[in-house]
Amino acid sequence: MEKIIEGLAYVLGNDIDTDQIIPAEHLVYSLSDPEEKKNYGRFALSGVPGDQAGLPNGNVPFTEGENFESKYSIVVGGKNFGCGSSREHAPACMEIAGVKAVIAQSYARIFYRNSVDGGFFIPFECDTRLVEDIKTGDDLKIDLNANTLTNKTRGKTYDLKSLGEVIDIIEAGNIFEYARKSGMIAS
Amino acid sequence: MGMTITEKILAAHAGKDSVAPGDNIWVDVDVLMTHDVCGPGTFAIFKKQFGENAKVWDRDKVVIIPDHFIFTKDTHANRNIDILRQFVKEQDLPHYYDVGTDNYKGVCHLALAQEGFNRPGEVLFGTDSHTSTSGAFGMFSTGIGNTDAAFILGTGKLWVKVPESMCFEFTGTFPDHIMAKDVILNVIGDIGVDGATYRAMEWRGDAVMKLSMEERMTLCNMAIEAGGKNGIIEADETTTDYVRQRTDAPYKIYHSDEDANYFFKKTYNADEMEPIVAKPHSPDNKAKVSECEDVKLDRAYIGSCTGGKLTDFLAAARLLKGKKVQIDTFIVPATREVEEDLYKEKIGGESLVDIFKNAGAYLGEPSCAACLGGPKDTFGRTDDNQVVISTTNRNFPGRMGSKQSYVYLASPYTAAASALTGHITNPAEFVNN
Ligand code: SF4
Repeated sequence: MEKIIEGLAYVLGNDIDTDQIIPAEHLVYSLSDPEEKKNYGRFALSGVPGDQAGLPNGNVPFTEGENFESKYSIVVGGKNFGCGSSREHAPACMEIAGVKAVIAQSYARIFYRNSVDGGFFIPFECDTRLVEDIKTGDDLKIDLNANTLTNKTRGKTYDLKSLGEVIDIIEAGNIFEYARKSGMIAS
Repeated sequence: MGMTITEKILAAHAGKDSVAPGDNIWVDVDVLMTHDVCGPGTFAIFKKQFGENAKVWDRDKVVIIPDHFIFTKDTHANRNIDILRQFVKEQDLPHYYDVGTDNYKGVCHLALAQEGFNRPGEVLFGTDSHTSTSGAFGMFSTGIGNTDAAFILGTGKLWVKVPESMCFEFTGTFPDHIMAKDVILNVIGDIGVDGATYRAMEWRGDAVMKLSMEERMTLCNMAIEAGGKNGIIEADETTTDYVRQRTDAPYKIYHSDEDANYFFKKTYNADEMEPIVAKPHSPDNKAKVSECEDVKLDRAYIGSCTGGKLTDFLAAARLLKGKKVQIDTFIVPATREVEEDLYKEKIGGESLVDIFKNAGAYLGEPSCAACLGGPKDTFGRTDDNQVVISTTNRNFPGRMGSKQSYVYLASPYTAAASALTGHITNPAEFVNN
């Protein structure tokens, strides 16, 4: 597991639901076909209303045109990130777009669980309301050893909450690798 | 220390005498449900992890109900149904309800109940967040993603963090014009869209126990809109009557202990409840119907796992009978069984179907339809800045199709009364007439 994650920030508000992360009309593509699944990256976060997309200014597209990869690899959110449906297409589309980590004040349960069990990216929590401190495009660095986030653009460092018991699944890679390691399923 | 019903069911399925909130446990799964949107991804992960020729852990415990994108020309959506068929064939699965056959059912959460898969005391997971609906039967049920579902397919087990429980008690009797939908919107408005995150929402009180199974399902259905892990109501005679008409499978009834520990407890007086809407764009944006009567509407939508059951259409028909709707009104039965009942059930000698047609409403086929927008050709999907009153469960931006549309969530009574006037309308006087 990478101990340092670096990337540009894409900032969103509270209650980013799964219909905003990936609108239902796009849930038809295959997640296993390597070419077809790129559509998920292309439409990742495409349901976020314009004025809320890429705070503080808004109207910043997460991916541009036909591109399926985003130049932003760390998503910063407010409270209740990923609420709504259980669609795993939500964390999956963000991973396909190149997201390495999300840092939110809190998560909806199923989204959090899907991110961890599927090994899509690491969902960090931070008590500070980063949405007001960090601007879309800021250069961020997460240090997993120290459990900190540094905003290199603004020279500020924040403590992240401990990942708790799910660290074992995150370190193993996903729930299957975890179960193999612990002998629950045959390797 | 006593345990809540949720804790008892989880403990029993983990082979433990007791569990406490926060414990991470592995539970044995009684039923795994998936549908056309999440089935294909689940099966792909299952094969990748357990092998191309791997078999599911128990054929009899897997239930596959296509319901989301059904009546569409979208080729990708239709291919997903083919993938379900192929997997069912390979695995020889007995519980599959294929599109285009007599066996087709419609919306999974109601179909699970109607086909006898909801049984007190059991543990049911589904690849859909409204799987919490099944908790109305005194069982533990919750929504999961494709990865967890694939894990269950291979092992029959899943890890669960035992949730804290919140208790919502309603004493007295709900007034005639109040439906379970008003009750759940009221509670979500009180605690917020993350007010029950990671927690069980347990419904108690004599007012709740007087509700029918369909109304109880509505209460548990929207637990997820408050972030809840599960909704649950202890089973009683109403439950067992419903279950016994649909399955002979064994079940076990659990009760919360008197001294069980609740993270939160609130008692409401059922007699004082008022009709509630959730204003755009969040299910916790609560307002009394009486505060919104000046909102002009473009359409009404009555359907989904929340508001597309027989009880919901009986309520709507009671108001629409002999009158004309003033706005486009879409009627979408959740399942085939509900659709058949629309022909069978009569009010004053007139079938519900005739009541709706004569009122000028449009009738759709059973499926999720515009509850989640869906492909462009979906029945009832918003395509512009329409203002909609809907009996569904989510009014997030774009949920019913267009990001520009405004959705008010309401009970079937409120939706029907509003369809008759063209603006948000309190159903009280229509119902009590
Ligand atoms: S009717 Fe709506 S909420 Fe219910 S399962 Fe279908 S899409 Fe989900």
